[in-house]
Amino acid sequence: MTTQLGPLRRQIIWSRLIAVVEEQARTLMRTAFSPTVREAGDLSAGVFDLRGRMVAQAVTGTPGHVNSLAAAARHFLAARPPETLAPGDHLITNDPWMASGHLHDITVFSPVFRDGQPVAFFGCTCHQVDIGGLGMGPDARSVFEEGLYLPILPIMRAGVLNADVIAIIRGNVRVPDAVIGDIMAYITANEASGRRLVALLDEFGLADIEALADDIITTSERGMRAAIAALPDGIWRNRMRLDGYEREVELAVALTIAGDAVTIDFAGSAPPSRYGINLVMNYTEAYASYGVRAAIAPEIPNNAGSLAPITVKAPPGSILNVARPAPVCARHIIGQFLPELVLGCLAEVMPELIPAEGAACNWGIQLRGNAEGRAFEILFFNAGGSGARPSRDGLSATAFPSGIRSIPVEICETVAPIVIHRKELRPGSGGDGRQRGGLGQTVEVSTIDGSAFQLFAVFDRVANPARGRAGGEDGAAGHLATLKGGKLRPKGLQDIAAGDGVRLDLPGGGGFGPPAARDGAARAEDAAQGYDITP
Amino acid sequence: MRAARIGVDIGGTFTDFVLEHGSAQICLKLLTTPEAPERAVIAGVARLLAETGTAAADVAMVVHGTTLATNAVIERRGAKVGFVTTEGFRDTLEMAYEHRYDQYDLLVDKPRPLVPRRLRVTVRERIAADGRVLTPLDHAGLADVAAVLREEAVEAVAVGFLHAYANPAHERAAGAFLRVALPGVPITLSSDISPEIREYERFTTAVANAYVQPLMATYLARLDDALRKLGIAGPLLLMQSNGGLCDVATTRAAPVRLMESGPAGGAIFAAAFAAELGLDCAMLLDIGGTTAKLCFLDDFRPGAARSLEVARLDRFKPGSGLPLRLPVIELCEIGAGGGSLAAVDRLGRITVGPRSAGSVPGPACYALGGTSPTVTDANLALGRLDAARFADGAFALQPGAAAVALQRDVGAPLGIDATEAAIGVIEVVNENMARAAREHAIDAGRSLAGRTMIAIGGAAALHAADLVARLGMVAAIVPSAASVGSAVGFLRAPIAFEKTWSHHQLLSRFDAVRAGDTLLRLIADATASLAVAGEAGAPVQRVTAQMRYRGQGGEFTVPLGPDHLDAVSLRAAFEAVYQALFRRVLEGDVELLGFTVRLEHPSPPGVATSISAAPRPAAPWRFVDQRSGMAVEAMRLDRAALPAGDVVAGPAIIVDAGTTIVVPAGFTAAALPGGHIRLEAAP
Repeated sequence: MTTQLGPLRRQIIWSRLIAVVEEQARTLMRTAFSPTVREAGDLSAGVFDLRGRMVAQAVTGTPGHVNSLAAAARHFLAARPPETLAPGDHLITNDPWMASGHLHDITVFSPVFRDGQPVAFFGCTCHQVDIGGLGMGPDARSVFEEGLYLPILPIMRAGVLNADVIAIIRGNVRVPDAVIGDIMAYITANEASGRRLVALLDEFGLADIEALADDIITTSERGMRAAIAALPDGIWRNRMRLDGYEREVELAVALTIAGDAVTIDFAGSAPPSRYGINLVMNYTEAYASYGVRAAIAPEIPNNAGSLAPITVKAPPGSILNVARPAPVCARHIIGQFLPELVLGCLAEVMPELIPAEGAACNWGIQLRGNAEGRAFEILFFNAGGSGARPSRDGLSATAFPSGIRSIPVEICETVAPIVIHRKELRPGSGGDGRQRGGLGQTVEVSTIDGSAFQLFAVFDRVANPARGRAGGEDGAAGHLATLKGGKLRPKGLQDIAAGDGVRLDLPGGGGFGPPAARDGAARAEDAAQGYDITP
Repeated sequence: MRAARIGVDIGGTFTDFVLEHGSAQICLKLLTTPEAPERAVIAGVARLLAETGTAAADVAMVVHGTTLATNAVIERRGAKVGFVTTEGFRDTLEMAYEHRYDQYDLLVDKPRPLVPRRLRVTVRERIAADGRVLTPLDHAGLADVAAVLREEAVEAVAVGFLHAYANPAHERAAGAFLRVALPGVPITLSSDISPEIREYERFTTAVANAYVQPLMATYLARLDDALRKLGIAGPLLLMQSNGGLCDVATTRAAPVRLMESGPAGGAIFAAAFAAELGLDCAMLLDIGGTTAKLCFLDDFRPGAARSLEVARLDRFKPGSGLPLRLPVIELCEIGAGGGSLAAVDRLGRITVGPRSAGSVPGPACYALGGTSPTVTDANLALGRLDAARFADGAFALQPGAAAVALQRDVGAPLGIDATEAAIGVIEVVNENMARAAREHAIDAGRSLAGRTMIAIGGAAALHAADLVARLGMVAAIVPSAASVGSAVGFLRAPIAFEKTWSHHQLLSRFDAVRAGDTLLRLIADATASLAVAGEAGAPVQRVTAQMRYRGQGGEFTVPLGPDHLDAVSLRAAFEAVYQALFRRVLEGDVELLGFTVRLEHPSPPGVATSISAAPRPAAPWRFVDQRSGMAVEAMRLDRAALPAGDVVAGPAIIVDAGTTIVVPAGFTAAALPGGHIRLEAAP
């Protein structure tokens, strides 16, 4: 009987472990200071064994951190092996190559001790609204200009804050209270979950999590391989053209299913940009594997095992795998297209599931200025239309692949002296088709008193709209201009004159299936509700 | 002297009644009449009066809870609503959070807003975050909007302007204008119904109110009228989602506060029960056929929360429904009940729920068409249910069918037998419930240690002892069947009114006068709403503040004493809460976000209840012990045969008409006065 209860017991401890990392993410959101974390959920959290394998990860809004956090763990362990750490120690870094691809993401990694012995690590990553340097945009020519770099350092030793590091951070960022407050939130979240893990080990009489980790990772890997093996073998290819910065960016991918493994190879993709729209390999891997996991085995939890059967390759020196000191700040502008690029390969394999292309990259609006005596730096998220699905219309103004939420207008206007004059759907922007693409949205914003301000533009699909699938039409391309009609570039830091503001028309999603096949009632409804353009 | 009180709970299938008069209590169950719910209510009330020989004039109050408002939203049967909002924000209701509630589901949908785009109209006006008027209200535009809404023949209107929580002037002016322009059409202002920051939630709450308003207004008028015709002079009081009672007039203006008031009745029952037994640190566990509900009760009061999600596309996925910003009882609901379906996933893990076999087709052992194994099948296979006495012997359970289903769907894929499969199913469902309790404790900032569980619902007593052990709780008490039910809970509810108002200030620049003024206005407002309910005497007042470190996202509820309204005391009160939750306090400024005032008149005392049924003698019984996995010799006892003071040592099962209490080895069951059973680990 006990042998039969063995797997069941492990199942129960596994479920408890997932609950512990979900608690870590919840504590982080509750105690965080920047709106990007607390309102939008731009974060990740996970638990690792002593070998640095990710055992469980919270499901949050950020697929870009799916395994970049896992990769970071190995670097932390190499730099600071467990035997050099003590209870109450917490490590920090924002190294783009070690963690999630740009300096704005700070990661804190904390050992958990039980009876004086290290038993596991908790790690979490969040996006910071500012990290010094030029700011959140692609304008820098190297990572050195992009902000403060924190190699792996102790941020807290034996429960005492490292005042030197705190002082350096405080002296280098534009919003020190928010950044330091968030760092305290990371520590609080890792600590709370560490206590929870120790209680869990006590309750089940376990000395460490190694055996449990082995079991979780093996079981997940087996499940993932079985799901892959159920698909036909073959190689499928796809290409996508994006606006880029100084020139358009062509991405290419070949997806190979061979038995129980998937290989994604981005050979043939464009060379790096001179500007910060380049990806580190961690980040490329994260978004590429998210696309595969969402299509093939969405219910299997994220961990070292479920990620193992997926191999991601990108040629070193391509835009998807750059080396230091390439600029990488706005890497999401390319990265968030990778799931759709990969899903496009599977359209033939899983025709009932794979949607048309959508706006994909979230149009985060980052502004800097000074109005009514308040200096401000704000980032708020805006989603375009998502692609039509084979059985349903695309979702309007809904993020994909990112799962971050928008920040309420009332919160944005409370934390910064700005006025968002318009934030509503953009009629007619969904690509026509048997299923219509989701609508984009229109956003207009200025400072509250009309002072001049700066826009950090990081927008794509202005020249290259979301493509329809299976005969569906393309979604509308994005567009941006000042409120007075002045021209704006889709990427780069730009000054907005006093008395003017910014208007953004976000791209719509592509349609699915021929427009002639669209149901008459659905078309009449689109007209009645004003989802299409009324002449 | 009017001494009788009647409680009525309209559910989907049955309408439950209870009449209490002095120490007497009588219950009644009638089929709900969905087309005109007041018909069943009136029929039941009349029958209760006749059966008990109570004169209508003796009825002091009729307390009523209903799922009508909730169901109207779920089934989209509410009014045709027009929504008037700030120019540029026509689609806030539809865009919602701009995210997918399931990160990995490519076919996920979003909840449809209650007002379609065509009926969402905008007016030029703008208020800033600090309440300043940036653009005056455009009255000409408002006239155009009124014309559109008149043309569309909307049945109700909601008005939601940006930052109306900071300055409601524009909403009020628009409301006054529309009341004249659209006579007879009820108007809801977002700043009245939910004066809190975050436009999507506030607008959605206002729209939900408008959506159910015409339906509830006519229903309440008809019901009130019919009760008067019966000769009842006592007031009709409505159960609110926060567990308090309100009169018809107040409810008509804010019917959204009736959402999910049924579960609130269960929590109020538990609170009264906790008070009766002196359990100052308790947790309600209510396990039915489809769900388990949890609620923490400290000092005989259920926990309070400020938001609720209704009409979820996926019942057990947060974010798939419509968020309402309202004072509510803090309940956690998960998909774990007697009917929850068991299976094995592709990683070889046993899964239980959230899908349920419901009552149709039901668990395999009902032999009513269901063939998939459920929690009830597992309990039966382990000998934890008496097949002959299930549901008061309404039908005999089929242990063979349970074993077949368990073996086929759980045992075979894992290479184990039906009994081992059953143990696995119970283990997983108990762990799911324990996990929910732990997570809810974190969210609510409570601890599980030292708590006593109050186990109600048909299936709770089967799982209570195991959960007590799993969660490190003190004991579980299974109340006597006669005293259970939302309708009884309604009669224990206080007459109460609660309101929250955003009020933003930094403690470093704290203006105590401004805060005091806001608080006084809020108290006066709540007092006026409560006064309508007509209870004499001074109500009890509870004030809490929502606070956080400046710039932080979470909001923490801080109880305030009468002398707390200065910066130093406020900070100390906040840090006490923060320290208790996270074991650290931070530097930096603290911000006050708002106040919540709750006024209530104490609830009436309960009546002692007793049950009477022919006792049966104890009999030998075998069941499988969850911990050891071994079949053990046990006792099967009849609950009615246990005199108060008796203590039974496990293993045993104790059976009554509604439920079976499992007493595992190492546990004792003590019979308490009133027919309640207390389960705890043997000393």
